[in-house]
Parts: sequence; structure tokens; C-alpha cells
Amino acid sequence: MSQPSMWEALRGVVRRDLLLAMRHRSDVAMSVFFVVIVASLFPLGVGPEPTVLRMIGPGVLWVTALLACLLSLGRLFTADYLDGVLEQMLLIPQPLVVLVVGKVFAHWVFSGLPVVLLSPLLGLQFGLGGDSLGVLTLSLLLGTPTLSMIGAIGAALTLGLRGSGFLVALLVLPLFVPVLIFGAGAVTSSLAGIGSEANLSLLGACFLLSLAFAPWATAVALRIALE
Amino acid sequence: MSFTGINWFKYSSPQAFHPLAGRMIPWFSAAALVLIGVGLYIGFFVAPTDFQQGDAYRIIFVHVPAAWMSMFLYVIMAAWAGLGLGLNARPSFMMAQAIAPTGAMFTFLALLTGSMWGKPTWGAWWVWDARLTSELILLFQYIGIILLRASIDDLRRADRASAVFALVGVVNVPIIYFSVRWWNTLHQGASVSMTASPKMAATMVTAMLVMTLGFWMYSIAVTLARMRCVIVERERQPAWGKNASIQEVAEAR
Repeated sequence: MSQPSMWEALRGVVRRDLLLAMRHRSDVAMSVFFVVIVASLFPLGVGPEPTVLRMIGPGVLWVTALLACLLSLGRLFTADYLDGVLEQMLLIPQPLVVLVVGKVFAHWVFSGLPVVLLSPLLGLQFGLGGDSLGVLTLSLLLGTPTLSMIGAIGAALTLGLRGSGFLVALLVLPLFVPVLIFGAGAVTSSLAGIGSEANLSLLGACFLLSLAFAPWATAVALRIALE
Repeated sequence: MSFTGINWFKYSSPQAFHPLAGRMIPWFSAAALVLIGVGLYIGFFVAPTDFQQGDAYRIIFVHVPAAWMSMFLYVIMAAWAGLGLGLNARPSFMMAQAIAPTGAMFTFLALLTGSMWGKPTWGAWWVWDARLTSELILLFQYIGIILLRASIDDLRRADRASAVFALVGVVNVPIIYFSVRWWNTLHQGASVSMTASPKMAATMVTAMLVMTLGFWMYSIAVTLARMRCVIVERERQPAWGKNASIQEVAEAR
């Protein structure tokens, strides 16, 4: 019998993780409602002035997406680490990078994608409209996978450590900064009517760069955590 | 073991490195004191007053060398960390560990002197400018590396995990360096470069370079001193001491 190919392994990991997430739908719902509630707190705290809301909206929504990604990072490897499945996964004949990519993709589907889909609605709360809503959704679509990939490095490095929640935030948030700047910048520049192409291109560059390096760093970090 | 007859790896053993570091520290400390003294003298008493910024510019003699060191030390730390990962060598990880606090200190110093310079010339202690922000992120990275190492009890994992994080963070160094060229920032562009003649008086450049050399010497001295502490802390064995031979140390293990 021949070994499953890399694609089959990738598909297997994605399918398994999506299935597991579907069985714990409340976990997913939590991160979605977290985003909605945090985004709704800002107009209550800052006041309902439409011009102010439109000014802070892109930044607030992006920071919210960042925090949602951060809070869900614990789910990425921890459960598999605790019940020993992760150790078995390191033994598969396919490259570990493939497994990491699969897990990160499944993580993004349940933590990043809902935020992307919700963002037009949340954007309306902040008085964004027309083009800028589209740019907001597009920037999140480009940016949230990057966040998941960078976050995976931090999640793997802090696997099983005490106080890993705070530690992962300290490690990962500085690395999120470029994505935050370009993502929020894209929406702000489209609001100002300058055009958002430059920022979106830079977001795309961040995505490709992290796609090229982050899975490898995560794989190395997983091996270090489990040796 | 090598064709030149010199054992290049003699000092890669912590036991051999410890006394060598002890002998080197006084020399580097003295050099640091002299160079920083001379640099400050030239900077404060010899260099001319700037026609635009008056005497406020003189903080450049601390600010620019500190900022340079913050980036140099990060790259050097990451290089040691990468070497450690590649060769699986403990002393390399120890060097990375010993460099991190000094790098964090210079990053903080660069930010502090920058804000002291910014207040009289820009009218603000802090602006959210690309270079300032990326330097602040560098400080966060240093802190993250130190904390990550501190929160892992298993030394081997602590070494390797913080090495991976240090290598990931190298991305930020070119961003800091080129930020003034890539973005239109309030922070002024580089006044000194390898390719063009400096846009400042010769005495100013001299003072800055002497200060940088002084900071280098200081960094080496402090790193070596910290390295000695790290070695003693990690290799504490009953037989470990000044008079213990390698043989005894090996037996004590």
C-alpha cells in the first residue's frame, strides 16, 4: 500500500480539525460574539458621534480581529498536545510543515473567516459605507490568515508553559503590528479617498512572506516543544 | 585536530571560556571608559553648535550610537541563536542569552534619548512615526525573548525556543533601518552612510564614531561578564572552581 501523498495528508488534517471544531460549535460562537461585543463597546464608550466613529472604526475593527485571533490561538495546538495526538502527528512521514499549514488553515476558517464575513455588518455600526466597507472586508480577508500564521509560531513556542496566555500575547502582538498598520491603513486611506492599493499590496506581501516562513518556524517550534 | 595545528574550538567549552572572559573584561572595560570619555568630550566641547537646533542636537552622540547598537546587538544575538540551533552548541545559546539584556538596554536608551531630543526640536516627546514605532517593537521583541526564556524551566527548550523567536524577529531590523527611506517620516534620514560623504561636520562624525566604538567595547565587556554568570549558573557542579581540572569536572558529572 502506498503512502498518502502530501495533499492527502493536508486534506486529512484540515478535515479532522474542521470536524473537531464543528463538534465544539460553542467555541467558535464564543470568538464570533467576542468580536461583536468588543466592537459594540467602543461606540458606547467613545460616544455616538458619527465622524469620530468613522475615524476610529477601521482601527477598532482591526484591533478586535487581532484580539479574537490571539484569544483563539490557545485552541490551535493545546488540545492535541494535552491528549498526546500532537506527538503522534510529528511522526507522520509527510513534512511537518504540511500538517502545520493544514491546522493553521482550519484555525483560520473558524476564527478569522467569521470575522471577515461579519466585518461589513460591524463596519456599518461605525458608519463606514460603500467602498470602504469592501476594502475593510478585503483587507481582513488578506490579513487574518497572516495573523493566524504568525500566531501559530507563538502558540507553538509557548505550548504547555505556565502563563502561556499572556506570554503568547507578548510574543505575537509586536509581530502583528505591520498587519494592523497596513490593514487599518487600507481602510483609512479609502475613506480619505486616496485609494487603498498600496496598503493592500503591502498586506498581500505580508501574507506571502508569512506563508513562506511562518509554517517552517512553527514546525521547528513544535519539534522543540515536544522533544 | 585542524590542519593549522590550532584547536579553534578550545574556547567553545564553557570551562575554558570562563577564565578567558575574566581576563578580557578589564581590557574592554578600560577601552569603553576611555572611548566614551573621549567621545563625550569631543561631542560636548569640540563639536560646533548646530545652526538650526543649537545645543539640543548634542544628544545625537548618545542617541545614534545607542540606536545603532540596539540593531547590531539584535542581529548578533540572532546570529548566535541561529548558530546554536544549527550546531546544537550550548555556548552559542549562552551568548545569545547574555546579549539580550544589553540590547534591550540600548533600545530603551535610544528611545529615551530620542524623546529627550524630540521635545525641544519637534515639540513632542513621542510621535507615532515609522522609525519610532519599529524601534519600540524591537524593545518589545527583546522583552519577549527574555520573558520567553525565563518562563521555560527546561534549559534546552528555553534556549531553542527563544532562538527561534529571535530569528523570526530579525524581520524587524531592516524595517527599522530603512523606515526613514521607505516612509515619509518626521524622523530625519540618515546623516552618515557608507556610500556618501556625511552631511555633518567632521568633528561631529568623529565624536559619533568614537562613541559607537565605546558602546561596542562596553557591550562586549558587559556581555562577557554576564556570560561568566550564565556559565557559573548553568554549570554549577561540586568540583567546579578555579582549581578544578577538566578531569575533575568530568568526573563530577
